[in-house]
Amino acid sequence: MAVLQTERPVRRPHARTSHRRQFTGRTALVLLAFMLPAIVFVGLFTYYPLLSGIQMAFRNYNLNDLSDTSWVGLKNFRTLLHDDMFRGTVKNSVVWVVGSLVPQFLIGFTMALWLRRKFRFRGIYQALVFFPWAVSGFLIGILFRWMFNGEFGVVNDLLMKAHLIDTPVPWLADAKYAMVAVIIANVWYGVTFFAIMILAALQSVPDELYEAAAIDGAGKVRTLFGITIPSIRTTLALTVLLRVIWIFNSPELIFGMTGGGPANATHTVTSYMIQVTQEGDYGRASAMGVMVVFVLILFAIFYLLAIRPRTPRITTRKVAG
Amino acid sequence: MIRSETLAGRIARFGGLGICLLVTVFPLYWILVTSFKDPGAIFAYPLKYWPGDFSLDNYRGLFSQSNFAVFLVNSLIVSTVAAALSTVISLLSAYVLARFEFVSKGAVMGAFLVTQMIPGFIALGSLYILMTKLYLVDSRWGLVLVYVAVSIPLCTVMLRGFFENVPASLEEAAMVDGCSRLSALFRVLVPVMTPGLAASYIFNFVNCWNELFLSVTLLNSDNNKTIPAALNGFISSYNIDWGSMSAAAVLSIVPTMVLFAFASRYIVEGLTAGAVKE
Repeated sequence: MAVLQTERPVRRPHARTSHRRQFTGRTALVLLAFMLPAIVFVGLFTYYPLLSGIQMAFRNYNLNDLSDTSWVGLKNFRTLLHDDMFRGTVKNSVVWVVGSLVPQFLIGFTMALWLRRKFRFRGIYQALVFFPWAVSGFLIGILFRWMFNGEFGVVNDLLMKAHLIDTPVPWLADAKYAMVAVIIANVWYGVTFFAIMILAALQSVPDELYEAAAIDGAGKVRTLFGITIPSIRTTLALTVLLRVIWIFNSPELIFGMTGGGPANATHTVTSYMIQVTQEGDYGRASAMGVMVVFVLILFAIFYLLAIRPRTPRITTRKVAG
Repeated sequence: MIRSETLAGRIARFGGLGICLLVTVFPLYWILVTSFKDPGAIFAYPLKYWPGDFSLDNYRGLFSQSNFAVFLVNSLIVSTVAAALSTVISLLSAYVLARFEFVSKGAVMGAFLVTQMIPGFIALGSLYILMTKLYLVDSRWGLVLVYVAVSIPLCTVMLRGFFENVPASLEEAAMVDGCSRLSALFRVLVPVMTPGLAASYIFNFVNCWNELFLSVTLLNSDNNKTIPAALNGFISSYNIDWGSMSAAAVLSIVPTMVLFAFASRYIVEGLTAGAVKE
C-alpha cells in the first residue's frame, strides 16, 4: 500500500503551539522512548533484511547448497539477463502493468465523475464498491480462477448466454487468453482505488471554476479537459505512478489465479522472483529484487520529470474530508 | 454548483453506476453461491445461478477434512495481536512526529515512506535467514513481530494525519493539570482520536489477515499456519476441491468485509488526506 503524501500537510492554525519551542533534555528522552519501538521494529525486520538482501545479490547464495557463498560480483545479474525465462517475465510484466493500468484509470475516472454529484445512498454505494479492497489479491485470484474455469466457469456461461461466443474458451489453459483473464481480474480489483482517489481530488476543485466555464459556454468536453483534468493533475499523476509500482509489485493475484502458467505465460518478474526465492536461490532472487527496485526508481524519476508542470498550475482550494 | 443534468444524462450516470456495482458484487456473490451448492451441483451443467437447496456440506467438509478451525484461530490471533501492537507503537511515534520538530525527523519520515515504495518480499530470503537465527521460523509470534514491523510505517503516517486534526492545547491543558506526557496521551488524546485509531487498527488487521508471502515463507507446520498459507496449500495440490475452496474463501472474506464496512470511510480519509491537500 502506498501513501500519497504530496507535500507536508497544511498546518492548521492551532498546530502551532508551545510544543514546537525548544524542548528540554528530559522531554527529548521521553520522545526518544516514544520513537524507539517503531525504529527498532522497522530497522530490524525491514531495513536489516533489505540491506543484507542487497549484498546477497552479489553472492552465490543458494539455500540448497551453502558450501560456497562467495562474492561473485555481477554474475547473478548476468545470468538473469541471459535467461530467456526472465526476459519473458519482463515482457509479461509490461503487458500486465499497462494492460491493467489503462482500463483501471479510464473506468475509475469515469466512476469518479459519476459519483461527484451527490445522490441518496451515495455513501452506501461507495462502501459497496469498496469491498474488493478488503479481500486479498491472492483470494481474488482464486475467485477468478474459479470463474474463468474452462468447463464450469461462469464467465464462459455468461458469454455463451449473451451469444458472444459459441464454444467455451479455455481461459486459463491457453497462453493466448490467460494474460487477458488475469488482467480482467486485476482491473476489477483496482478500479475502486482510482475511483476513490480521483473522487477525493475532484471534490477539491472549486465550483466557481465550473460556473465560470458554464458562463463562457464551455461544453462538457471542454470543461473536462480545460478545468477538471488540469485542476487535479497532481493527484492523477501521483495515483498513476503509485499504481504502476503497486501493480508491478503485486504477484498475489497471479499466484492465486494461474501460478504463472500456462507455460509461464502469466509469470511476471515479481512472481518469478517469489518462485526463485521459494526454490532457495536467494542470490538470484535478490539480484532480481535489486533490479526491480532500480528500474522502478529510474521509472519514477523519469515519470516525475515528464509530468512536471510547465505552466503555472491552477491553485486549488483545500477541502476538508 | 454543477450545471443541471438532463434526463438522458441522469439515466446514463445511474445506469453506468449500476453496471459497476453489479460487476463489483457478482464475483463475491458467485463464490458465496458456490460455497452453498451441493458438491455434486458445483459441476452440474447448466450452471445454477441460485443454489436451489442450500447445502452446508462444503463447510462441514472443510472443518472435518482439514485443520481449518486451527487456521482460523491462528489467523485471528496473529492479526489481532499484530494490529494492536502496531497501532500502539505507531500511536507513540505518530505523536512525536506530529507534534515536535527535531533534527532527524525528516530522515525518519523518509525511511518510513521508502518502505512503502519497496515491496517487502524483496527481502524475503534474507528475512527467512534472520528469523532462523532468531529461532522464530514456524512461530506465530515470529510472524506477529514481522507484521508489526510491516504495519508501522503506513500506520504512523495515517495516525500523524489524524493528530493534525486535534489541537495540541488539549494535551497541554492536561499536562498543566499534572498529567505526565504518556498519561495525557492516553487519557486525553486517545479518546478524541478513536475513529482514527479504529481505522488504523482495522486497516492493519485486514492487511495481516490477507498477507500471503510472509506467512507462506515463515510458517510450515499445520498447527501454525494462517488462512492464506493454508489456502496456498489447497491450491498447490493438482485437483482443487472447489466446494471446500469456496467455503474457505467465504469464511476468510467475511470478517474483513464486516470490519471494512465500519471503517472504510475513515481509512479513505486517512489515506487520501495528503493527496487532496494540493
